[in-house]
Amino acid sequence: MIDFINFYLIPGLTLGSIYALGAVGISMIFGILRFAHFAHGDLMTVGAYAALTAVWVLGIPALAAIPIAIVFTCLVALMADRLFYKPLRDLPTIYTVIASFGVALMLRSLVQTFWGTDSEVYMTGFQKPVVLFDIFRVATRHLQIIIATALLTLALHLFLSRTQMGKSMRAVADDPALASVAGLDTERVIRWTWIIGAGLAAIAGVFVGLDTDVHTNLGWNLLLPMFAAALLGGIGKPLGAIAGGLIIGVAEEICTYPVFGESLISPSYKTAIAFVIMVLILIFRPQGLFKGRLM
Amino acid sequence: MSRRVLDVQGVSAGYGQQAIITNINLHVDDQSITAIIGPNGAGKSTLLKAVFGLNQHLGGEILFDGRSIFNARTADLVPMGISAVPQTHNVFPSLSVEENLDIGTFAAPPPDARATKAKILDLFPDLKEKRSQQAGELSGGQRQMVAVGRALMSDPKLILLDEPTAGLSPAYLEIIFDLLLQVRDSGVAILMVEQNAKQALAIADFAYVLVNGENAYEGTGADLLANDEVRRSFLGGSAAND
Amino acid sequence: MELPGFVFYFITFFTMGGIYAILCLALNMQWGFGGLFNAGIAGFYAIGAYTGAILTAAGSDDHVGGFGLPILIGLVCAGIASGIVGWMIARICVRLKADYLAMASIGIAEIIRLAIVNEEWLTNGSLGISRIPRPLESVFSGRQSEVFFVVFVWIVVAVTFLVARRLQVSPWGRVMRAIRDNDAAAASVGKDVQRFRTETFVVGAIFMGVAGALSAHYFKFFSPDATEPLLITFLAWVMLIAGGSGNNIGAVAGALVIWAIWSLTEVVTQQLPPDWATRSSYIRMLLVGLLLQFVLQRFRSGLFPEKSPKLRVSDDR
Repeated sequence: MIDFINFYLIPGLTLGSIYALGAVGISMIFGILRFAHFAHGDLMTVGAYAALTAVWVLGIPALAAIPIAIVFTCLVALMADRLFYKPLRDLPTIYTVIASFGVALMLRSLVQTFWGTDSEVYMTGFQKPVVLFDIFRVATRHLQIIIATALLTLALHLFLSRTQMGKSMRAVADDPALASVAGLDTERVIRWTWIIGAGLAAIAGVFVGLDTDVHTNLGWNLLLPMFAAALLGGIGKPLGAIAGGLIIGVAEEICTYPVFGESLISPSYKTAIAFVIMVLILIFRPQGLFKGRLM
Repeated sequence: MSRRVLDVQGVSAGYGQQAIITNINLHVDDQSITAIIGPNGAGKSTLLKAVFGLNQHLGGEILFDGRSIFNARTADLVPMGISAVPQTHNVFPSLSVEENLDIGTFAAPPPDARATKAKILDLFPDLKEKRSQQAGELSGGQRQMVAVGRALMSDPKLILLDEPTAGLSPAYLEIIFDLLLQVRDSGVAILMVEQNAKQALAIADFAYVLVNGENAYEGTGADLLANDEVRRSFLGGSAAND
Repeated sequence: MELPGFVFYFITFFTMGGIYAILCLALNMQWGFGGLFNAGIAGFYAIGAYTGAILTAAGSDDHVGGFGLPILIGLVCAGIASGIVGWMIARICVRLKADYLAMASIGIAEIIRLAIVNEEWLTNGSLGISRIPRPLESVFSGRQSEVFFVVFVWIVVAVTFLVARRLQVSPWGRVMRAIRDNDAAAASVGKDVQRFRTETFVVGAIFMGVAGALSAHYFKFFSPDATEPLLITFLAWVMLIAGGSGNNIGAVAGALVIWAIWSLTEVVTQQLPPDWATRSSYIRMLLVGLLLQFVLQRFRSGLFPEKSPKLRVSDDR
């Protein structure tokens, strides 16, 4: 049981936190701009590399580089929206999906061009795990990632339920036509959607780098579980997406847990769990797992 | 003499270059209810949308409070003091009643949002007890109240209502019209399109009959109710609602 | 008979161009006729390639295979295998908003990639399958076989084209277009929207599988690294939109034009200073990405716009 918590649950929650932060943006963009953003994983990659550069140039730890990563990634996202998504706003949204597919490849090739294709790490050396109650051994970085995600979830909840922009976002997600009749500035709401989505993606990207390493396919490889998390949580419900991300992260780790001496599935098929969950959701509950007022 | 809030002068409007209403003249006085009635397809909703900048203006002039709002953008009209309530899909279903009301203040913050909200919740006691419920869970009539309440939150001079009683039971129709009278008395001008013509004329200070996208009759609500021709052509069908 | 070198350049160009033309025609069936978004083209392509390779390749101790079946049977089975996977995914997704199909199709491509890398008994994992035959190798050898192969590929292109045109002008094609432009209206006149959509997705998937099998025969070797999966999906999309979605001639023309541009960018990026030369493939990708954005914004109807009176595509927002 202790082994289960140390080696499966905690890593699962860590992975889930990363999925969750990425899925929030996907869910919000789907809710407000009404398209599946295929470049979201690559925004994470951009964030991870922006932080890597800050670590190299300024010699600061990766966590301290997060604000730089956020700012850079937000600028990239706002620029992509202005140049490639906004001109297609009046067309059926599937054209924007195609455009975002192109943006995903462009972002990745830019990263590959400027940073190269080698895997990098934020820091070398061994971090001593944190020991809790003498039995739980948790890697420091896992603890940092899980706590940070919990705090960000709380902040997101307060933002969506208490602030004017948060309520405006939910209103636009509910009914864009009525939102403009009520005089809300839709373009401003869209800008903030990008800022929050890209900001959280940047944080998630840095977390991936902290947890494993930084490489150019980092974000793209996570796109499938993040889509699955957003669908699981119910499109347009950012807090649902967080729950969805955690569920998928934990499910992926648990499925490799040796129940009867052998793991349920081969670890190389971990990503398939996300796909299976996605397919089940699409078949049985396309509206997402949660009912009611989860935002 | 009462002041003119809205003055529509010879307006043509439609979608693309296709005119649906032509050369419409209409005005709304301060603190009054003005009704637009007429058969289906007469262009009533198109006229309302034209005032609110939601379709293509092709000609004429629209003055609000003496200023031209011809071809103005919707987003600019709300801060000027006009709000609108669409016929359907007029609440944000996943937001609570109170949040729906809050949305009304974002584009044009009233001097004291808290007091305005308290005033509106007093006006709609039904909503007071459901203030934290999701608007999507409410009945049709309650949703209509939320929608009107949201429009009033920006402290407008004029509100535009597109068939506020569509789909409501006769009992609720009376409640809504009663509320509209209260809204008018609180100092807001109302321009509404109504399918329930008889009842609408009964509470309207002034009314217009639109036919085929053009002005047909106008007069005080009582005048039109008394007009034989109007009765025969436009009120016959709605007599069943009495 | 000796042919000059540039002729072989053209043969190489038209072989891959032809394979992309088949992919593009197949994508046109799904997207152009049916408005179905497939982001997992590479997955169907890979299924076809591996099915064809396993059924026709010479025996090996490393993996299942060595059936040595005729290539035509391999092609048919490649299409069937790919079509079955297409059917499964279509059954789930065609009733939902297009974006869901996009997400699920990218998922299926990912799962297929995982299976190919991990199921070594079947696919020989990352080492790949070798000794895949080309058609009539006993008759034509060396460069002659390349000449014959390009003819073979274009025969398949012609077959695909005829099937696509047949589908488009048939009553079935008219129903599909009606569904694409306004599914509610089509449903209201009694058309089984989901069945038609599933069918169009499956037919497209079949030909994507055939294109994959052809490429396996062309390379004579197929491994997970033989092709960058995203590149295939992405290029096929750029080709179709640039050529004109909904138009079969446009699909073929788009495939050739974009394949020419893609090949040319290789020539251009080779001129870069050596420092940048290693990055040339990324810069090419970036350029094609920009090309897609340009086409989407300025050139949406493509080289050959759809001919049937085009209704406004229903806004799905």
